[in-house]
Amino acid sequence: MSTQNKPAQRWEDDIYDCFVRHNVSQVPYVPDAGHAHLIRRVHDTPQMRPIVLTTEEEGVASSCGAWLGGQKSVLLMQSSGVGNCINMLSLVSNCNFPFVTIVSMRGEWGEFNHWQVPMSRATPGSFELMGIDVKRCDSPEDVAPTVDAALYAAFASEQKIAILLSQRLIGRKEW
Amino acid sequence: MTVNNNIERRQAVRRLLANRGETLVVCGLGSSTYDVFAAGDDDRNFYLWGAMGGAVMIGLGLAIAQPDKPVLVITGDGEALMGLGALASVAAQKPDNLTIIVLDNAHFGETGMQPSHTGHGVDLTEVANGCGFNNSQTITDYDTLDAFSNTPNAANGPRFAVVKISTENPDRALPNLDGVYIKNRVRSSLGIQPV
Repeated sequence: MSTQNKPAQRWEDDIYDCFVRHNVSQVPYVPDAGHAHLIRRVHDTPQMRPIVLTTEEEGVASSCGAWLGGQKSVLLMQSSGVGNCINMLSLVSNCNFPFVTIVSMRGEWGEFNHWQVPMSRATPGSFELMGIDVKRCDSPEDVAPTVDAALYAAFASEQKIAILLSQRLIGRKEW
Repeated sequence: MTVNNNIERRQAVRRLLANRGETLVVCGLGSSTYDVFAAGDDDRNFYLWGAMGGAVMIGLGLAIAQPDKPVLVITGDGEALMGLGALASVAAQKPDNLTIIVLDNAHFGETGMQPSHTGHGVDLTEVANGCGFNNSQTITDYDTLDAFSNTPNAANGPRFAVVKISTENPDRALPNLDGVYIKNRVRSSLGIQPV
């Protein structure tokens, strides 16, 4: 087998590898096309529990419950769901729970559907208002180190971090 | 609509927890938290003072993380209604160690006893049935409540019950407010040290 035929590692697989390395076992999500590959891999992994949600704030609460019981959870959502989480993030703050969410951005790069833009614009500010640190990945090389550092900081010392995957990284949605 | 429910909330929660064994409890903000505390403080109680609508999903995350221990969510009709979608999310996961109890007085007790949706006819047991719970019921007397409390979770769990309670409003019983303390106490009870 020639190595040049080996498919390049995708940045989505870098996130998955970080989940494995850090022993993330619960993955609540509201789906987004930007997370589709990662969600498929989570579903294919017996040691990981995918938890489909009806709204993003459910995943904030379930992630806190996971930590109460000694497991690590990472919430996947798109930027349009961030506003739904605001009040539930008071649980993270009041109890000093660790928190990691990976947010696929819409409404910021070649977006056709301008209904996505207001919540996209408000996403970093919403997290910051609730005391969540915001990290951003604009290129594939950013993803592995950012996710690795966030998982380490969150679960070693109960920090709260949102990682934004830029729409330029994910690729614009074609209509 | 006049409803005469004879079950008293404090008595109901005392009976639910009388033989709790290793049960971990998550209780919704307001009266449910006071009821659970009044039944006896316990390291394994996660008292909520906020995060309305979150009790069931906290219970789900905990139940998945601790599959060998019973997890009991005790909350009110108002708190459950705010997180109604959580019943769908729990039903999709089907953790057989999770039990959800809704203490239903058909009112928002903490805010002036405004009628809630259940007072307007919304049937949370039917909602749970529709979501796919195999084991859901409405309880209106103590004998049924005791039978429910003393029955282990079925293999086809999770379980869901609405307990119809009277509108009496007992004095508040206030557990510790410190969320970090409450969190670490639950984790320590499971042998998990603070970070």
